[in-house]
Amino acid sequence: MAKITPEDLGRIREKMARTMNLRDGGARAKITVHMGTCGIAAGARKIMSALLGLVEQKGAEDIVVTTSGCAGLCSREPMMTVEIKGQAPVKYVDLDEEKTGRIFSDHVLSGKVVEEYALAVGSERVA
Amino acid sequence: MKPYRTHVMLCAGTGCVSNGTYKIKDALERELEKHDLQNEVAVVMTGCNGFCAQGPVAVVKPDEVFYQLLTEDAIPHLVEEHFLKGRPVQKLMYTPPAEKTPVPKMSDIGFFGKQRLVALRNRGMIDPEQIDEYIARGGYTALVKALTEMTPTQITGEIKRSGLRGRGGAGFPTGKKWELAANAKRIPKYLVCNADEGDPGAFMDRSIIESDPHSVLEGMIIGAKAIGASHGYVYIRNEYPLARERLIKAIQQANDYGLLGNDIFGTDFDFAISIQQGAGAFVCGEETSLIASLEGRAPEPRIRPPFPVEAGVWQAPTNINNVETWANVPEIINKGAKWFAGIGTETSKGTKVFSVVGKVKNTGLVEVPMGITLREIVYDIGGGIIGDKKFKAVQTGGPSGGCIPESLLDLPIDYEKLAEVGSIMGSGGLIVMDEDTCMVDVARYFLEFLKDESCGKCTACREGIDVMHGILARICEGNGDEGDIELLEELAEAVKDASLCALGGTAPNPVLSTIRYFREEYQSHIKDKTCPAGVCKALITFSIDEEKCKGCRLCAKNCPQEAIAGQAKEVHTIDQDKCIKCGVCADVCKFEAVLVA
Repeated sequence: MAKITPEDLGRIREKMARTMNLRDGGARAKITVHMGTCGIAAGARKIMSALLGLVEQKGAEDIVVTTSGCAGLCSREPMMTVEIKGQAPVKYVDLDEEKTGRIFSDHVLSGKVVEEYALAVGSERVA
Repeated sequence: MKPYRTHVMLCAGTGCVSNGTYKIKDALERELEKHDLQNEVAVVMTGCNGFCAQGPVAVVKPDEVFYQLLTEDAIPHLVEEHFLKGRPVQKLMYTPPAEKTPVPKMSDIGFFGKQRLVALRNRGMIDPEQIDEYIARGGYTALVKALTEMTPTQITGEIKRSGLRGRGGAGFPTGKKWELAANAKRIPKYLVCNADEGDPGAFMDRSIIESDPHSVLEGMIIGAKAIGASHGYVYIRNEYPLARERLIKAIQQANDYGLLGNDIFGTDFDFAISIQQGAGAFVCGEETSLIASLEGRAPEPRIRPPFPVEAGVWQAPTNINNVETWANVPEIINKGAKWFAGIGTETSKGTKVFSVVGKVKNTGLVEVPMGITLREIVYDIGGGIIGDKKFKAVQTGGPSGGCIPESLLDLPIDYEKLAEVGSIMGSGGLIVMDEDTCMVDVARYFLEFLKDESCGKCTACREGIDVMHGILARICEGNGDEGDIELLEELAEAVKDASLCALGGTAPNPVLSTIRYFREEYQSHIKDKTCPAGVCKALITFSIDEEKCKGCRLCAKNCPQEAIAGQAKEVHTIDQDKCIKCGVCADVCKFEAVLVA
């Protein structure tokens, strides 16, 4: 490894941004794929792989992809929730790889909610 | 770089490693592969997480779920539930002593909630063996600032204004120390990182190096620029193999990146760091002994002046700071003296790392703001006393420190307050003691340690500690005489006055502080020939309470000497001739029928 300059420190930080965002909660957007038994049976693993592929392909360092359990609406799986920092979360239902790709480019990258695939805006209230 | 959706931050500090972290790592990787998740979930080995009592521990990111007491058997279920199906596993979570339901998130656990991380800012957040992860968290930006935007005087001024004081024990103002070194005329100058943490039960410095070695290196390079040093040594004890290994890797990486070596960041500043291994002698915490050992001589202190800043390593001007002090430096340069001085008390700024051990529920490594009370550390962070017994005392500062009683639990911790009550900050060891601890025995224990660790140069220390230890041992054996307490006090003054270094100078502290706060306990041993805490074997007998004994035979079955007689459902008796006072009977009895007096 060659000697680095002060500017290289910034480049290393950029390169590592996604790794660190995942750990310190600093991401611009978080995509949660619901991976209950129902979600997995309906193909959530494929959605997850597609998302991780898209993140890598676009070099989207400020996006975190994660999982959670069943979202409670098993008949509409696979589902995912997109949260852009500072905005209400949006739940998408009946997903396939193609829809996932559109949501990723329109909503996650460009900030435009894909209404036709969305179930609702917002989350349940936690008592 | 391939994106992962989950990072499992698995603790690889020495505590968790001894508890089998690497087996957990293998099991995790095996199970992840089984479910084809190895490209989605990464296992990251971190430095000490701090919650050593619950090890091996792991924090799952980004969910922030804290898992504890991990076993290989639990891993298949964990991987399938949490990483495949997204359902965190409750039974592997931490349940606070006073509560019934587990707390999933790390930030909601009291042990972590009250902490404020400065020196340990990256602990558990990075893989300490990856320099890029340190840089990703803002690492080496303070170095850029110090080398390209600040003059040496400005760097020293910033550290002075921050109020940072030596974290190794004495609490000397760091900026002042740097200024003296910067003003020294002769070159070359040396800089030393004291990583010879010698207090029994202390592991702050080890954990800092293990979890974030680059923070120490960056602090040293900035310090070197400030004082004009060309070479730095890390003096580390042989007993810290993992810390040394990570340090060696970190130095190699910093060399490769040109953060050490010649013309750092294109400035004409050159600095190199090498590691010097010590053999783990307590006296090497003392600066002049450390220098002697570093040069290959027997570690004996010498008269000061000349101070190391005038004639240190190889007789050159030398500046020595401890690991934790160095780790604070980059944060102060980055965030400013004002920010640092805003934390803490009037005289003691910033935070302090403590290793909390002894009879407390949550043993581990904590970093708290100066001025926090002992009560907050013992009860809020430490979770209280094991078995909900009564708190008796806390020993701060290791063998050179003193015991602080319950009446002073609300004492805000800083350098001055601890000195006022007869103890010291020391390097930050906190040993919590409960009602079953005999304070005379504690004093005897520490003096036994110091007797062995005295280098033998000064007669008062060499002979005085030995004689004091002899008196304490005699008292514990039931052979104490009237006047022993006064004799101990007199000897203590002599040892303090006539010793060259701080080892002798502080050695009587455990004796003096226990006499000060627990004099009646000494008197019970000497006059009544009893040990109120039931510890000193020569002064206690075990017997069975006829009223409470149910005749369950449990004590008899567990007695290694077969000293307990009695049929089932009949009151048992202990044969005093056979009894070796091991206390097993009292430990196993479910009816509190074994009396210790």
